[in-house]
Amino acid sequence: MPPEWLTPRRATVGGLALLVVLLWLVFPSGFYFRVATLVWISGLAAVGLNLLMGLAGQVSLGHAGFFGIGAYAVALGPRWLGLDLMPSLGLGLVFAGLLALLVGRPILRLRGHYLAVATLGLGILIWLVLNSEVAITGGPDGIHVQRLVLFGWRVAGAETWYWICGAALVLGVLVALNLEESPLGRALRALHDSEVAAAVVGIDVARAKLVVFVIAAVYAALAGGLLALFNRFVTPQAADFLHSIELVTMVVIGGMGSCLGAVVGAAVLTILPQALTVFHDYEHAVLGLLIILFMIFLRQGIVPGIAGLFARRAA
Amino acid sequence: MSAIAAEGISIAFGGLRALEDVSFAAEPGEVFSIIGPNGAGKTTLFNIVSGLYRSQSGRVLLAGEDVTGLPPHALAARGLSRTFQNLQIFFRMTAEENVMVGRHLRERQSLLGALLHLPSVAAQNRDTRERARELLAFVGLADRARDPAGGLPYGALKRLEIARALAAEPRVLLLDEPAAGCNPVETEEIDRLISAIAERGIAVVLVEHDMRLVMRISRRILVLNHGRVLAQGRPAEVRADPEVIAAYLGRHAAEAAHAPG
Repeated sequence: MPPEWLTPRRATVGGLALLVVLLWLVFPSGFYFRVATLVWISGLAAVGLNLLMGLAGQVSLGHAGFFGIGAYAVALGPRWLGLDLMPSLGLGLVFAGLLALLVGRPILRLRGHYLAVATLGLGILIWLVLNSEVAITGGPDGIHVQRLVLFGWRVAGAETWYWICGAALVLGVLVALNLEESPLGRALRALHDSEVAAAVVGIDVARAKLVVFVIAAVYAALAGGLLALFNRFVTPQAADFLHSIELVTMVVIGGMGSCLGAVVGAAVLTILPQALTVFHDYEHAVLGLLIILFMIFLRQGIVPGIAGLFARRAA
Repeated sequence: MSAIAAEGISIAFGGLRALEDVSFAAEPGEVFSIIGPNGAGKTTLFNIVSGLYRSQSGRVLLAGEDVTGLPPHALAARGLSRTFQNLQIFFRMTAEENVMVGRHLRERQSLLGALLHLPSVAAQNRDTRERARELLAFVGLADRARDPAGGLPYGALKRLEIARALAAEPRVLLLDEPAAGCNPVETEEIDRLISAIAERGIAVVLVEHDMRLVMRISRRILVLNHGRVLAQGRPAEVRADPEVIAAYLGRHAAEAAHAPG
């Protein structure tokens, strides 16, 4: 038995922080730090999306739209508004949150397939604006992002970004787990199972869904902003439909409802394509095949699936 | 003042008149039962009173306040709670967590506190868990607290729903067929439970087909037939009403006659 103070929440956050430190010790080159940074960033977006999908059971097929808003905020803020990078990022988060609040109310009335299609439309709309407003966003060619300078410190190098994004992910996971262990977290899990029962015990179902939609949007926007700062370049691909699907796949593969699963799913979908380059032309086919196999043999997702195996062995 | 009152409720689905000019009122601490054949409109009446459906005419009053047309969560905030005929359990949560959700209205909601897991939120979680444990003990499920609700037997789920409904500390509790599908032992437990709830001063409105149970614990009974009020009164009066016997009790008369009380 684990000791009393080692709650699942603390174990998850502590374990993840430990992993960030350990990997730093063993990684031999900048390439590894670069890939790991991409994992932390995608993980952050997936952790937020998992709150919406895994916890509350609401689908979003347009989440990359919010990711794109965060990413473009750090590119466009300095250029058009004369803001520094950090206020630009903050503005991006606020904008993504407000947009989610505004469109969430009518959209979240829908359920199942209808909600999926509505969020899909929202994502496409955002992508369309970023892609076609060439004069402002640079269009399909993308746009350059300034180097981040914090209090005179020029933030550069894959290793530095590894730490920044790793810390952001650990904090993001902590906040997400905090939310799960709150009245709102319980309300979201409840409405996932029965909206009617949730309503009659006094939960404002529409409001609860809206709040988690906004939170998930802000997570995605923060991840997008970090990616743009890290890459110092952003294209509309950050907001496109395939990226939305990728985020959903991360959550599903890792295990819906599992915060750690979202991070694992992000790792799998980020690392596998790198590892599969040995297959050259067949890279995507193999990736697709692997995803199918994951779904057949670990249907609940990697983390809950493996946890289940261990629980059965212990019993 | 009645804890809950429905006045002149009517609703039609398409051309079908499901309820026509139905009124009733239940007092604090009494068990008020609604009986009638299948399709009489009992559950429809519950769904209107609890805000899931909107009636086409009539009013619903909670402790004298007009709450007609308010959504379910707003009614819950005004002291109305209910269970469901076809169970509405949060199957992926434990029994304890199901009841903890029921405490939602009694918890302070602070988004920032939740995100940062402030000490006040942690303390409140402990408090909520403790209250949930007490209620599970009250309905006889103390030893199943940590079990996933999805794995509990049917009779236990019926009582779990009652515990969850009580967690909100309601003034009015609507129970939709709490004994349906339960064996005689479980039915007896439900019987005791309902009496204990009423003793706490809660107005219990009961829809139930088990006539022995209804006759034994109800103070007053409303009989519905084809969406209309057929009779209303004390168990003895209802049992003796020739119209009620013809429409409904005929089949159950023997049962009802043997019920004590």
